Amino acid sequence: MITVENLTKTYRGFTAVNDVSFVAQPGRVTGFLGPNGAGKSTTLRIMVGLTDASAGSATILGRPFSSLPNPGREIGVLLDASAQHAGRTGREILTVAQRTMGLPSIRVDEMLNLVSLTERESSRRVKNYSLGMRQRLGIATALIGEPEVLILDEPANGLDPAGIRWMRDLLRDYANRGGTVLLSSHLLHEIEVIADDLVMIGNGRIVAGGTKAELLSGAGTVVRASASAALAQALRDAGIIVTSSTDGTLRTDAEASQVGEVALNARIALTELRSADNAGLEEMFLELTAQTQREGAAA
Amino acid sequence: MSTTQEVPVTAPQDTSPHTTHAPIPFTRILGVELRKMFDTRSGFWLMASIAILAVIATAATIIFSPSETLTYGNFAGAIGTPMAVILPIVAILSVTSEWSQRSALTTFTLVPNRQRVISAKLLLTVAIGAASMVLALTVGAVGNLIGTAIAGVDPTWEVSVREVAQIILANEIGVLIGFMLGVLLRSSAGAIVGYFVYSLVLPTISGALASTQQWYADNAGWIDLNWTTFQLFDSTLSRTEWTQLGVASTIWLVIPLTVGLILVRRSEVK
Ligand SMILES: Nc1ncnc2c1ncn2[C@@H]1O[C@H](COP(=O)(O)OP(=O)(O)OP(=O)(O)O)[C@@H](O)[C@H]1O
Ligand SMILES: [Mg+2]
Repeated sequence: MITVENLTKTYRGFTAVNDVSFVAQPGRVTGFLGPNGAGKSTTLRIMVGLTDASAGSATILGRPFSSLPNPGREIGVLLDASAQHAGRTGREILTVAQRTMGLPSIRVDEMLNLVSLTERESSRRVKNYSLGMRQRLGIATALIGEPEVLILDEPANGLDPAGIRWMRDLLRDYANRGGTVLLSSHLLHEIEVIADDLVMIGNGRIVAGGTKAELLSGAGTVVRASASAALAQALRDAGIIVTSSTDGTLRTDAEASQVGEVALNARIALTELRSADNAGLEEMFLELTAQTQREGAAA
Repeated sequence: MSTTQEVPVTAPQDTSPHTTHAPIPFTRILGVELRKMFDTRSGFWLMASIAILAVIATAATIIFSPSETLTYGNFAGAIGTPMAVILPIVAILSVTSEWSQRSALTTFTLVPNRQRVISAKLLLTVAIGAASMVLALTVGAVGNLIGTAIAGVDPTWEVSVREVAQIILANEIGVLIGFMLGVLLRSSAGAIVGYFVYSLVLPTISGALASTQQWYADNAGWIDLNWTTFQLFDSTLSRTEWTQLGVASTIWLVIPLTVGLILVRRSEVK
């Protein structure tokens, strides 16, 4: 369990993190979502004591990170997979972590195995690692102490599709066994498939938070028909509020079944009818962070 | 049922009160930090170069010195010069590589008390400095035996234990200056440049001041750490000179090191 309370970080007058509070629960994957520069990495760094907070506090398992006797055994941290001595081998980096935490040396091989780094790859120097290999090594370092809590900053960066799938399954399984997972991303789709709870941050402030189900409910329905105008009219006649999107679809808060019935009665053929899950959350992400999205300024 | 069975629990499966882990002992941090000094190619060769340079300096003395100058003092002097460069660099890199290579991110998340890591590094660089000097002086002694045997003269050992101890102390001051600059600047290039400023530029300025300012010339011993340290190489220090060494070290070493340690504790690691 991670508790963040009123966390604020100011850099010479610029507020990078502004009164951020949220909780990451055990047994759940919490996605920390926000556009570039929103303050995700800064928040995570404060949690693990690498950056001092200007105000507020973060506790992990009820204690501040700095007071943990052997943090690696309780919290696995991956902030930047490239932040390793380039001249060390992958195996050596794991060995340094294993020794610091006082673990049996067999854990090194177990972890290499878990993240699918081969014997040969593990004896290569990290400067010769691909981004994905570094990410795997970083995840291995985070997991080696069998922690109860995982804090991962953009862990899917650089992973291939199979790697992303593998990581998703790994984190799912980890949370199902009671672990707390907090992972950040600026990619909505990535977070959406993996997270149970979402915390959205924009411009240093929390803009939304809750379970994924909560945030998705009310996302509504997307419908498309050749006779778009006629369909819109029919829906309005049935008392359903519709908006038309630039891509030619109609959006409404009504259930898909209700929309289908209206279309049938109006004898309008639909070319598409679906729940607005993905688009809804994406819309929300863009909307909630509109002021902070760099593209927003140009649009 | 009289006994309870211990059930092994896999890590994340934990809703019961949290198991408390034993704190990381300082000896373990020492072991890990020592390992980190040798586990990269550059680190390994930096350490190896201490022995290699001692052998080269000794061999050069045997080859190029006329037989009457084959004294242990000359061997020790020939070895001292490369040691005075390499040992501070070992000290600098032990600290700055954490920042230059950004491994500090992992180091300080595994051991959040940064002071413990820095203390371990400090102890190790001082110990390595002493061990290297003992090794180098031993190589010099062997060189003295071989060189004089080849030249067909009797080996001379005019260097006393006290003088050896002073030479080691002088080198340790260099090691500590390197360490201090590493902690203060946290950049490999910056600290190495800083070390050469300390050992080459400051003495020049001090010399220029001494030749123009009579007051400075009379009191330079209290201020010029280089000059004061240099006394360790070839004389018995008076009580005043020891005090001067203490004062100059406080100004140029203890105070900036303290500032550096405070900065390291607070600085943002990213
Ligand atoms: N040391 C610093 N001095 C000044 N500003 C800083 C400093 N560190 C971070 N910032 C600013 O704080 C803001 C938040 O940065 P942060 O790295 O937390 O963003 P992020 O959400 O992780 O973004 P991304 O998705 O691109 O990784 C940025 O505007 C950044 O420029
Ligand atoms: Mg970031």
